[in-house]
Amino acid sequence: MEKGTEKAWDVLKDLTDPELPFLTLDDLGVIREIKRNDKNHVVTIAPTYIGCPAISVIEEKIASELKKIGISAIIEKSFSPPWSSDWISENGRKKMEEFGISPPHPRKADTIGEPLLKDVKCPQCTSYRTEKVSEFGSTACKSLYRCLDCKEPFDHFKCV
Amino acid sequence: MKSNMADMVFEGLLRIADDNLILGHRTSEWCGHAPTLEEDLALPNIALDLIGHAQTLYCLACEINSRYKNEDQLAFLRLEHEYKNLLLVEQENGDFGNTVLRLFYFSTFMKYFWERVKIECCFTKLKEFSEKAFLETSYHSRYASQWVVTLGDGTDESNLKMSNAIANLEPFLGELFNNDDFTEMCSQNDFLPEPTSIFDSWKNEVKAILQKGNLDFPDIILKKRGGRKGEHSEAFGYLLSDLQYMQRAYPNSSW
Repeated sequence: MEKGTEKAWDVLKDLTDPELPFLTLDDLGVIREIKRNDKNHVVTIAPTYIGCPAISVIEEKIASELKKIGISAIIEKSFSPPWSSDWISENGRKKMEEFGISPPHPRKADTIGEPLLKDVKCPQCTSYRTEKVSEFGSTACKSLYRCLDCKEPFDHFKCV
Repeated sequence: MKSNMADMVFEGLLRIADDNLILGHRTSEWCGHAPTLEEDLALPNIALDLIGHAQTLYCLACEINSRYKNEDQLAFLRLEHEYKNLLLVEQENGDFGNTVLRLFYFSTFMKYFWERVKIECCFTKLKEFSEKAFLETSYHSRYASQWVVTLGDGTDESNLKMSNAIANLEPFLGELFNNDDFTEMCSQNDFLPEPTSIFDSWKNEVKAILQKGNLDFPDIILKKRGGRKGEHSEAFGYLLSDLQYMQRAYPNSSW
């Protein structure tokens, strides 16, 4: 973190994701960098998906929260390196599971969505007897699974 | 950037962005109409990705050409002949099989396209974007390939429908791999790869998937073209009137 950006970071670290409100942007690894130039803070974010509809909400949220403490901010999107589910913190993974979403596995190079470990654990009953129902779940970042033991459907966060 | 380079980059970005916008719009037409709930989630998700790609590319294009203030102007306020997308992406969806087959053709092409851009593009912002776009188009290609196999290798009826889809889309595939003066210039300047240079990788993958689904690989010769020059098919006018309705009826409206 660049010197003089601590105040901004203090505010931003608690902002939550609009689609996964139990996770902070920090848990997700979306905020990559905060820098300062003469007039502004420049906040670099890595979108989880290029077309993620939450991105504009996140940008507005960051700008308005910083404005409240008198900081004017420019938000920049970065695609390189592309956001990876490996950037989700341990704490974030734990919270995901508590909320009923199976967290992503570590990622193989250059693949998307295909877990390195084939086993996906049911966040309800912890059984590994699960199957994929659809490549796409309620949002672009999740796919849909079902548990063959407790029969409950659940979202699995894709590994990206 | 020198002005002739800027013109090249602008036009190149438009071609890719328009392909993505128009296929994104077509894909979004499935919202609420897909055969199962899972597909009703999958197709709009893919549409969002495609439109997201278009949006980012239009933003880059606006940075280069000050004639356009923002990405919405490029997406919603151009006339029909100013769109440079392929005829393939503007055709009506047809049935579900036709829709996933076209998505498979296109996303497999884009996957190899971005893979090349990632290595050899001289325009840094596009090169960075391609890293992410490559991952997303790979995912679309895999999703669509599974349906092509499932339906091709399904019942007699589903196989027949897929064979019809192959015949239906065949005339539009030549344009996907057609080099022209512009693509040659892009390639000479290390901006974008030539479409023909992607053909072998594309063909190997598509052929293998069609074979798995007991389907025949189509003949790929240049039949219908014009999209890259702004000469579109009848279906495109209807698509645009739908796509542009809000901005035409309520100029500068925003969410």
